[in-house]
Amino acid sequence: MAIAETQLYMPPAPRSRQRLLEDERWLAMLLLVPTVVLLGLFIAYPFVRGIILSVTDSRVGVPGDFVGLANFHKIWNDSIFRTSVYNTFVYTGVTTIFKLALGLWLAMLLNRNFRGKAFTRAFILLPFIIPTVLSTFAWKWMFDPTFSVLNWLLFHLNLITGRINWMGDPDLAMISIIIVNIWRGVPFFAISLLAGLQTISPELNEAAAIDGAKPWARFWYITWPLLLPVTMVVVLFSVIQTFADFQIVYVMTGGGPANATHLFATYAYQIGIGTGLLSEGAAISLAMFPILFLVVIIQLLYIRRVEVR
Amino acid sequence: MIEGAIWRKWVFFYLPMGLFLLFLLFPFYWMVITSVRPDGELYRPWNSINYNPFWTWKPTLDHVRYLFEETLFASWLWNTMFIALVSTLISLVCGVFAGYALSRLNFPFAGSLGTGIFVTYLVPQTLLFIPLAEMIRNYRLGDTPWSLILTYPTFLIPFCTWLMMGYFKAVPKELEECARIDGASRWQAMLYIVIPVAVPGILSAGIFAFTLSWNEFIYALVFLSSPEQKTVPVGVTSELIRGDVFFWGPLMAGALLGSIPVAIAYSFFVEHYVAGLTGSVKG
Repeated sequence: MAIAETQLYMPPAPRSRQRLLEDERWLAMLLLVPTVVLLGLFIAYPFVRGIILSVTDSRVGVPGDFVGLANFHKIWNDSIFRTSVYNTFVYTGVTTIFKLALGLWLAMLLNRNFRGKAFTRAFILLPFIIPTVLSTFAWKWMFDPTFSVLNWLLFHLNLITGRINWMGDPDLAMISIIIVNIWRGVPFFAISLLAGLQTISPELNEAAAIDGAKPWARFWYITWPLLLPVTMVVVLFSVIQTFADFQIVYVMTGGGPANATHLFATYAYQIGIGTGLLSEGAAISLAMFPILFLVVIIQLLYIRRVEVR
Repeated sequence: MIEGAIWRKWVFFYLPMGLFLLFLLFPFYWMVITSVRPDGELYRPWNSINYNPFWTWKPTLDHVRYLFEETLFASWLWNTMFIALVSTLISLVCGVFAGYALSRLNFPFAGSLGTGIFVTYLVPQTLLFIPLAEMIRNYRLGDTPWSLILTYPTFLIPFCTWLMMGYFKAVPKELEECARIDGASRWQAMLYIVIPVAVPGILSAGIFAFTLSWNEFIYALVFLSSPEQKTVPVGVTSELIRGDVFFWGPLMAGALLGSIPVAIAYSFFVEHYVAGLTGSVKG
């Protein structure tokens, strides 16, 4: 009886298309199709293609044959590749330390109340907004061997007597690149960390101050531990971006002088696109993968841990 | 604020803040001043006497004129704008849909799919540009805006999805349930109830995606070859340098004008941009 009654009050069956959309699983599938197709086609598939390329001897226009790990063997014995690996680690390590230190300092400054705060914050993000290639050209012009404004400044401050050839010396060129990367990255660190700082209740700091904690102790025992989760995510994110950086080095030095400032990406570009040795270039690019993979795993585990808490 | 004597305020606040601002903004000042300087003043050695590099009394628009008359700068601007807008739009649609599905619907493998999208968010462009270049050539997309419009979403969608998931999670379930009780279908509830509530998130994702695609360099450098197809960053890099000769005036004018559209877009949506930036790293 009951069953018959409920059947009596059932609304007319909707058309099948609509019924499918009412089913969570079908709707989810439909909504995810464009994303999965695009990401599959232009990330997952190229990744597989890249691995296949790296074990052949393809050049531009020539399909090539299977050669096993010959490309990896070749780059392993390539002194320029070894320099690029070394450079990439130095570049990532040094810039990350400076970006974190300066970014945190700037975030602490911005976390105070002062006039024109919103305005200042908006301007500080400019290096991060403006296309990197374009702003890097401004730096390249500032580091120009003959017309450098930095040389002018240092000379007039009586710090130097002769000109500094910023881009001609391997170490100075590396330092210049590092400066540009720090310049570009500090705003990102500062604004992200500022968001983290703003979630920390000021009462904690006040309570500690009443208990007699000095500013340094308050930072070290209250602010820093509470900020650590945000800091970790920002640092790991930045490490990935810096490790795989291309634009700054490409514009500033092009890998020079004498291939001394290449990173993974610029060297892969020079070999893969510049000289057309596609498979060797793909191998150089893929050599980044183990490190990036490690960082991503750390990041995933870390986020999961934070979420579980 | 810092308590105590006024000098402490200067030493611990105004001085470092001023130095930070100088360091972060000086390159832009340098860009502006170079782009309005006549060539005669530009190429004066750094140690010549009576030379003030920070100011000019004879501003000129020659470099800008050169840019628009002698190069294809106007087309580069248009190409960049078109590519950035279309790829942002595609990514927003995909990101909003995917974000909705992953944050509000129950289906098998939701968790691992979410993780998968997050991982692609962390894949840098430089990892895949060589196989992608080969694919683009095989699909005969090389040297067309579509090569970029189709590939830019790969780094925009994961970001948009991730951000939208955060916004959708914040919309109360009851809101959607009310609409469903009133007879709305799932699709209608999503389109007319949940998505409108998440509009600030969509704006954040949109402005962020727009600046990212305006900024993109390596794909554009590798996929585009003819001067009239190029985007601003690639055009400025490849067409304003002849061998070892840098045309610094037009280069800086190009850098400045190429930055202005994205700076304007940013200035209208600063708050949304900051929300997007911090939302993207909060995880």
